[in-house]
Amino acid sequence: MPDPVLSIDELTVEFETEDGIVHAVTDVTYDLFPGETLGIVGESGSGKSVSVMTMLGLIPQPPGRVVRGEARYGERDLLKLPKKELRNIRGGEIAMIFQDPMTSLNPVFTIGDQISEAIETHNPDIGDKAAKKRTIELLEVVGVPFAERRVNQYPHEFSGGMRQRAMIAMAIANEPRILIADEPTTALDVTIQAQIVEVMKAAQDETHAATILITHDLGLIAELADRVVVMYAGRVVELAGVYEIFNSPRHPYTVGLMNSLARLDADLEWLDPIPGQPPSMISPPPGCAFHPRCVHSQGRAICRTDIPELRPFGEGGKHVSACHFAEELAAKHVVGALVEDPS
Amino acid sequence: MLTYVIRRLLYSTLVLFAASVLVFWGMNLVTSPIGFLRMQPGYSEQTVQNIADRKHLNDPIYERYGYWVKDVFTNKFGTGTVSDLPIWPDLQRAMGHTLQLIIAAELLAILIAVFIGVYSALRQYSVFDYTATTFSFVGLAMPVFWLALMLQVLFVNIYLWFDVRIFYVASLNSVDPGTGIHFVLDRAQHLALPIIVLAVASIAQYSRFMRASMLEVVNSDYVRTARAKGLDERKVTMRHAFRNALIPLVTLIALNFGALLGGAVVTETVFALDGMGLYFINALNAGDPYPVMAFLMVTAVFVVVFNLIADLAYGWLDPRVRLE
Amino acid sequence: MFALSERSAHPVPDPFTPAVTAGGAVSGADLSHQSGLELKARSQWTYARIRFFRHKLAVASLIVLIIATFIAMFPGLVAPYAFDEFDFEHIVEGPTLEGWHLFGTDQLGRDYLSRVIYGLQTSLWVAFLVASIATVLGTIVGAVAGYYGGVVDNLLMRLVDLILVVPFLAVLLVLSAYLGQGKPWRVGVIVALLAWVGLARIVRGTFLSLREKEFVEAAKAAGAGDMRIMFRHMLPSTVGPIVVTMTLLIAAAILLEAALSFLGFGVQPPTPALGVLIGDGASEGFSSWWLVTFPGIVIVTLALAVNFIGDGLRDALDPQQRVRA
Repeated sequence: MPDPVLSIDELTVEFETEDGIVHAVTDVTYDLFPGETLGIVGESGSGKSVSVMTMLGLIPQPPGRVVRGEARYGERDLLKLPKKELRNIRGGEIAMIFQDPMTSLNPVFTIGDQISEAIETHNPDIGDKAAKKRTIELLEVVGVPFAERRVNQYPHEFSGGMRQRAMIAMAIANEPRILIADEPTTALDVTIQAQIVEVMKAAQDETHAATILITHDLGLIAELADRVVVMYAGRVVELAGVYEIFNSPRHPYTVGLMNSLARLDADLEWLDPIPGQPPSMISPPPGCAFHPRCVHSQGRAICRTDIPELRPFGEGGKHVSACHFAEELAAKHVVGALVEDPS
Repeated sequence: MLTYVIRRLLYSTLVLFAASVLVFWGMNLVTSPIGFLRMQPGYSEQTVQNIADRKHLNDPIYERYGYWVKDVFTNKFGTGTVSDLPIWPDLQRAMGHTLQLIIAAELLAILIAVFIGVYSALRQYSVFDYTATTFSFVGLAMPVFWLALMLQVLFVNIYLWFDVRIFYVASLNSVDPGTGIHFVLDRAQHLALPIIVLAVASIAQYSRFMRASMLEVVNSDYVRTARAKGLDERKVTMRHAFRNALIPLVTLIALNFGALLGGAVVTETVFALDGMGLYFINALNAGDPYPVMAFLMVTAVFVVVFNLIADLAYGWLDPRVRLE
Repeated sequence: MFALSERSAHPVPDPFTPAVTAGGAVSGADLSHQSGLELKARSQWTYARIRFFRHKLAVASLIVLIIATFIAMFPGLVAPYAFDEFDFEHIVEGPTLEGWHLFGTDQLGRDYLSRVIYGLQTSLWVAFLVASIATVLGTIVGAVAGYYGGVVDNLLMRLVDLILVVPFLAVLLVLSAYLGQGKPWRVGVIVALLAWVGLARIVRGTFLSLREKEFVEAAKAAGAGDMRIMFRHMLPSTVGPIVVTMTLLIAAAILLEAALSFLGFGVQPPTPALGVLIGDGASEGFSSWWLVTFPGIVIVTLALAVNFIGDGLRDALDPQQRVRA
């Protein structure tokens, strides 16, 4: 197996606020391998974006603070890099796409200017004309029609889907090795979402970049992800291949997620949400953070006292879960096949 | 763009027309030239009627309005009711002085306020920020005329104690200011305090607004994108944040013109400057409605022009607005 | 030109509404709930009160304002002399402890401290009058414009824009010159005639957004009449911004009345008002500095206090505008 292109190890980030210290992410560990798409799933506030943004230096410190951990990219630890070097990597080798393309684009500059800016920042010698030419090419890759004309238009003249395509173009402009997409479709209409999924696949084909896809949309994960990280209350609770996550989840939270999905192939009268509320990030529940909402726990004491560690399962240890009683879940067949395993 | 300008010009002309009707009608409600004539000492009823006939003061209001408008264009606002002194020469001279004062004060205020606002936003909660905020609060709480008086007291006493005249406290020029550069310097020395007084209130308001605007922009998503692209902080701040933060300030400056003129009225009174404000106060005190109306119309023209310039500037800065 | 006030993406201030203070977003996790096990329900007003009292400056200002109001309501208790008590043996004397002339005396030997205290009474009275009338007027106009929308809204807002662009002081001066005649309540009414616009704009804004909310639809469906919907259902949600704007209106009114009185077009002597005192004092020359300084300091203190309270109120009632570390 090739070496991971990115390795996050025990990353722990806190925020100091007026109401107390927010433990945004704790002991987050995962790897990203070249060419794959790693999905990160979780609710709002689960910390899925924070790990990634901290790694890129996009979280202001204060009030944020990296307590411990590493983010190894090649030979370097991104968390310890001097600002200038990190800037070089940002937008160049590691690029990011954000959630809301309307507010994520500067309204007073043309789309072309903003994409060209990304190009010229990382290729200072390229010159305006060449940059513009490349910008038009990129817009064509992401499927913006009449690219030559639209390159001179302003963000407000683009529709939502077009704007997101432009953002993707901006991200792949410098042929990144890692592409990070933070809720790329959440702000868009459902029909446009489907289009953007296609655009992302095209972008991946074009750049062969490894992709981190952060979302709470399981449908998107099913379409695009190879492996999935499930996060809850700032911790990784499960990590496995996409088929395993859908077909044989080994953490009660993931089980709850899968059970709560609306399904076309089953005769459901009621949807089955996970009971309870997401936990406070300032004073999370003791022990396993999910225990107040966990049916599987059955009130057993250890769930309330000990934080479960990530333990491997099955062959190859590629499927890990942080639950004291994950084996019991393996015994039950809790979900019908949601995703077909081609093997 | 050109059609936009032409459309605005036409609209502005309409507005001015409406304003003239409003002014004339309004003034007519609260006062009358004949009443003013009658108040003059030593005018017999016969004299009053003579003048009234000559100036059409007994005609119905629409006709009087017509004569007035005609006077505005052909006779440069005509003459005062009593003395037959033409209005325009005095008003024009006063206008020039007021413009010097206002433009200088506003330019100074904008430069300083933008700097303070941006720096406060970038160094939020620093000593500079707190000091600037305090000054803003105090500046907004101070009556303009009081600040003017305090400065007068201060500089007069400096002169009395140290025999050094740094700034003058009254009028536009000394008795014999000389020519060329000496004249300019003399004028500057006289206008320095009034300019400071007018600028203070503007600085207080604009800097707070600029700070807020800058803070909002700096926390916006597109600034985050700019950082994510790998731009260095300076580029992020100046190119992406600053330009966007300036846009609302333009609107504020335009809408602030009214308050600025009010401040000018007060400042000119305290510093005895021969400007529009003093002209206005004197006319109000005298009671003759025609100079007052002339002042109001000139002011209306200024307001309209000012707003037009601000609209154009806004359109230049913010492309979302251009396609109207 | 008149579309300016709607064009800006920000709420653009005019003389009678507050400039936007700092705004900012929390970048960080979502802090919605307690540890999932218990939720304490607190009323909105309790939260507001807690937030207000966190602002030491606002609380201090509140104390100052309460003291000032007390002095204004019972000047006889505090002032050592009557405001028109002549004493020709002590003309234009500087501040001294002798005879409790802490602020000195004026041209007619009247104790200045007492004059200032009575002046404070007049000024505060005018300011509250202005604020009350302007608030009622502005709320009504804003509510009607925001609720009915369409043509009504358009017309009213054009009027508001028109009033906003004219130089306040100039128009006020004209109105005062011909209608004012010096009585404090007349001055108050005249200022209020122009001051309501800022509040109208804000109320209109809130009503416009509230109009789309479900509870209004529900009330309509239940058959409630327009007036009832406006005043019983929508108005309570706008109380916050109204209160904040009203406090800043008071500050602006204090300053405006002082300016008018100073120029001779507001409150006329012998009624003491702070602006009148300064005006009289200014004609006395620059060596008797106390005649101008003390009333001015009182004005500045009042205006500052009211502004701080307004700021504190705004933070307390509209927490999204808070700046976070």
